[in-house]
Amino acid sequence: MHELIQNAIDALSFGSLYALFALGIALIFGIMGLINFAHGELIMAGGFALVFLGHPGWPLLILGTLGVTVAFALATERIAFRPVRGADPITLLVTSFAVSYLLQNLAQVLFGSVPKTTNLSTSLAESFSIGGVYIAKLDVVTVVATVVLLVGLGLFLGKTRIGVQMRAAAEDFRMARVLGVNANWVIATAFALSGLLAGVAAILLVAQTGVVTSTIGSSPVLVAFIATVLGGIGSLRGAVLGGFILGIITVALQAYLPLELRYYRDAFAYGAVIVMLLARPQGLIVAKSIVTRV
Amino acid sequence: MLSIEDLHVSYGRVPALKGISLEVDAGEIVGLVGPNGAGKTTTLSTVFGLIRPDSGSILLEGRSLVGEAPERIVRLGVALVPEGRHIFNTLTVSENLAMGATARSDRAGVRRDLAGLLERFPVLERYYDSPAGRLSGGEQQQLAIARALLSRPRLLLLDEPSLGLAPVVIDLVFDVLAELRNEGVTILLVEQNAARAVELADRSYVLRTGEVALAGSRDDLQVAEHLETAYLGL
Repeated sequence: MHELIQNAIDALSFGSLYALFALGIALIFGIMGLINFAHGELIMAGGFALVFLGHPGWPLLILGTLGVTVAFALATERIAFRPVRGADPITLLVTSFAVSYLLQNLAQVLFGSVPKTTNLSTSLAESFSIGGVYIAKLDVVTVVATVVLLVGLGLFLGKTRIGVQMRAAAEDFRMARVLGVNANWVIATAFALSGLLAGVAAILLVAQTGVVTSTIGSSPVLVAFIATVLGGIGSLRGAVLGGFILGIITVALQAYLPLELRYYRDAFAYGAVIVMLLARPQGLIVAKSIVTRV
Repeated sequence: MLSIEDLHVSYGRVPALKGISLEVDAGEIVGLVGPNGAGKTTTLSTVFGLIRPDSGSILLEGRSLVGEAPERIVRLGVALVPEGRHIFNTLTVSENLAMGATARSDRAGVRRDLAGLLERFPVLERYYDSPAGRLSGGEQQQLAIARALLSRPRLLLLDEPSLGLAPVVIDLVFDVLAELRNEGVTILLVEQNAARAVELADRSYVLRTGEVALAGSRDDLQVAEHLETAYLGL
């Protein structure tokens, strides 16, 4: 029983992080049809910000990191993605790869390829025990941060004027513009939000691993992409669901796969994803906006 | 109010409009009819900045609209109800209506107009908090018109508002258009249902393969053979 609860907590924490990765991808895809592989480099920028900001205290560290990731997100939009807005999906995709590699290589030139370490995690690495179940503080922080972000994003999209405009634009960009929605403003807001998500993801990720490299964002962005496809691309709820499912599968395999097979955990996890997609190619939640009404 | 001069538009190398000129005066309903592919929707889309013309001018009260973005054109007092309605299915009826007021900042005025529109289209009040995707086609058309009116346009462009609707709903839509004219809204109406449009409009233009084949007042065009000739190109 203890073991099950322990694993469930791990799965929740993993799933939260995956959901944060996936939301950043889904948000931008929903609004401009761009699968932003450079989202990983926003996480990387956040990681390096954590390294170089040092120890100014938590509030400043968090604000500084989020500031850097949001600024990077807005800059990539303005410099790289705005000029190709409305181009076909392949052009957008290639542009995002280009931005991703450019930033990764830039980081390697500037900071070298030796991983930078932080001791961000020392205070979060401790765990406490409830009824014999050990819970890492970091897991609690991860889950709480994710829930706060999900609720906050939900309120933003549901209750604010710009949030409603963003949902409308995600469903039918042209019609939103016909009604007066400012395309630049809505897209920039989406990028700022994706930067915010990447910043929080960077803090949680670096707190877990303690190291920052120029490729720190590569595997999260892949996870995010798979989670959004699994959940149903274009749907924010789907992205969150896909992230949690991927997290749960990963932890379950890690815990229950026979020892000699455990090394192949990811092969099994993504095999399961393929099976799910074979059964439901459109993803788990179909974005209503993609369904055309007859 | 709206003056289009020698408008040329093409999709790639295929010409869609081959030098169209038309006038819409303040306070009138002008019909734009013609067979499929005549260029009716292209004309409206070009006026609204969704398509860039190759040449020609579009003036709204003397001011050029060519090259302006749609979000700017709505702020100049033009609204578009596009073909197929383009309701935001995932948004509620109330959110769809709120989107119609995007270009406005006078909140009190918006509230007043909204109350008036809910009175005019009671079905929207009944489904106020439901997802708009659940509405029937006729209800969606009412929502599309109400949403466009919330921007308080002086010129309303309507593309095929009767398409796919039940006769009783078509009657309602045409009644509303007549009421709007009485309230001083200028309307440019694109319709497949030519007879109905010509009957309502003060003047109409018949388009055929990207050109104005015939233009005239209600009385001129209601002589049926004229209209048929223009349609069939005899």
